[in-house]
Amino acid sequence: MCLGIPGQIFEITDAERLLAKVDVSGVKREVNIACIVSDDHPVNACVGDWVLVHVGFAMSRIDEDEAARTLQILEELGEVQEELEAMQQGAR
Amino acid sequence: MKFVDEFRDTEKAKTLTKAIHEIARKLEPKLTKPLQIMEFCGGHTHTIFRYGIEQMLPDNIEMVHGPGCPVCVLPMGRVDDCVSLAENPDVIFTTFGDAMRVPGSKKSLLQAKADGADIRMTYSPMDALSLARKNPDKEVIFFGLGFETTMPSSAFTVLQAEREGINNFSLFCNHITTVPTIKAVLDSPDMKLDGFLAPGHVAMVIGERPFDFIALDYHKPIVITGFEPLDILHSLWMVLQQIEQGRSEVENQYTRIVQPNGNTPALEAISQVFEIREFFEWRGLGSIDHSGVRMKAAYAAFDAEQKFSVPNLKIADPKSCQCGEVVKGVIKPWDCKIFGTKCNPENPMGALMVSSEGACAAYYNNGYHEKKTA
Repeated sequence: MCLGIPGQIFEITDAERLLAKVDVSGVKREVNIACIVSDDHPVNACVGDWVLVHVGFAMSRIDEDEAARTLQILEELGEVQEELEAMQQGAR
Repeated sequence: MKFVDEFRDTEKAKTLTKAIHEIARKLEPKLTKPLQIMEFCGGHTHTIFRYGIEQMLPDNIEMVHGPGCPVCVLPMGRVDDCVSLAENPDVIFTTFGDAMRVPGSKKSLLQAKADGADIRMTYSPMDALSLARKNPDKEVIFFGLGFETTMPSSAFTVLQAEREGINNFSLFCNHITTVPTIKAVLDSPDMKLDGFLAPGHVAMVIGERPFDFIALDYHKPIVITGFEPLDILHSLWMVLQQIEQGRSEVENQYTRIVQPNGNTPALEAISQVFEIREFFEWRGLGSIDHSGVRMKAAYAAFDAEQKFSVPNLKIADPKSCQCGEVVKGVIKPWDCKIFGTKCNPENPMGALMVSSEGACAAYYNNGYHEKKTA
């Protein structure tokens, strides 16, 4: 019920009603963009945005930097763990 | 798919699993019972079963699958109300597909459709609004259900109907709220939970702060969590780190989506259209104070409860159901007397067997009913 799926906005279809077309893995459909429009991010700036689509609404922009940062944390966790394992092996 | 595949990486999952086992080993001497971590959201339950995450965890960590499956917790009386609205010959009744199979006291929406009612599955409430535009001689009702994730879409649709003067559209509002529900779980006397994975898409709307009380008043760690398998494992590791370090804080693992203050346009639309109900009836959990919303009087013209007569009958849960205890982690699904026998996905008696996001249906579909009979 609460799931969402990433898609990319490629066209504004009705600026007044805040409607845009989004591409979700090749499937294209119209979504409402009211949740991602603000004074700092007007309707026309939404083209190209990666968004989380839920029940026909672009609910949130996806922050690419934060996504990369989370993956980086996991990468580093892996490195630390490898090192710890190497140390444990060496101590035997 | 971008933002999906990276968060399903097997190598990183192995690393996280190792890290989780390591903390669990360190914690073991201090434990008198397994640590119980609740994932509140049915979407997380789905990921946990789909990727076999429970099988990857050490024995001293148990997942408790919470009540965050809106379809599961829908009381039978509300389904009866839907059927009654849908059987009005002037009405086109629209709903998310998930709600079609939920049993009422007499029939489900699927059975009502087979009996001739005009019931249509829609992907979005906006699709229901389009139907209303195209069928001016019919009354189109949208069955609004779900937590705060889905609430903005209903609110924006009502606001759009008002702007365009589409007077043959109305919302049957059954939206529910997350915080009072978590509080009800925490206040239950037999509660034994040690930490929470918070619903990422609810937090996307309401932000981080509404979860503070869990850390501050109940001293439980809580991590806002995304929906891919790495998100779940990463958040579990974060919860365990808090436990090991003696902290209880609200942390956000899902920073690519969740802003600390949530989504302002969504929150504004919600507060414009909805107000808190004094209480709302849940399947399996009884009545919970302030756990639902209704439409404000200003939007009565778009409120199906005002426009039509809704029977609003209270139908008691079957006595044999133990959904409440399962949801609180007091018993496992297979400990329930009717699990897999009288209650199964084809013929669900209890809330948690209704949707594949419900804990009992998830266990059943993964072969656990055989465990019980074995």
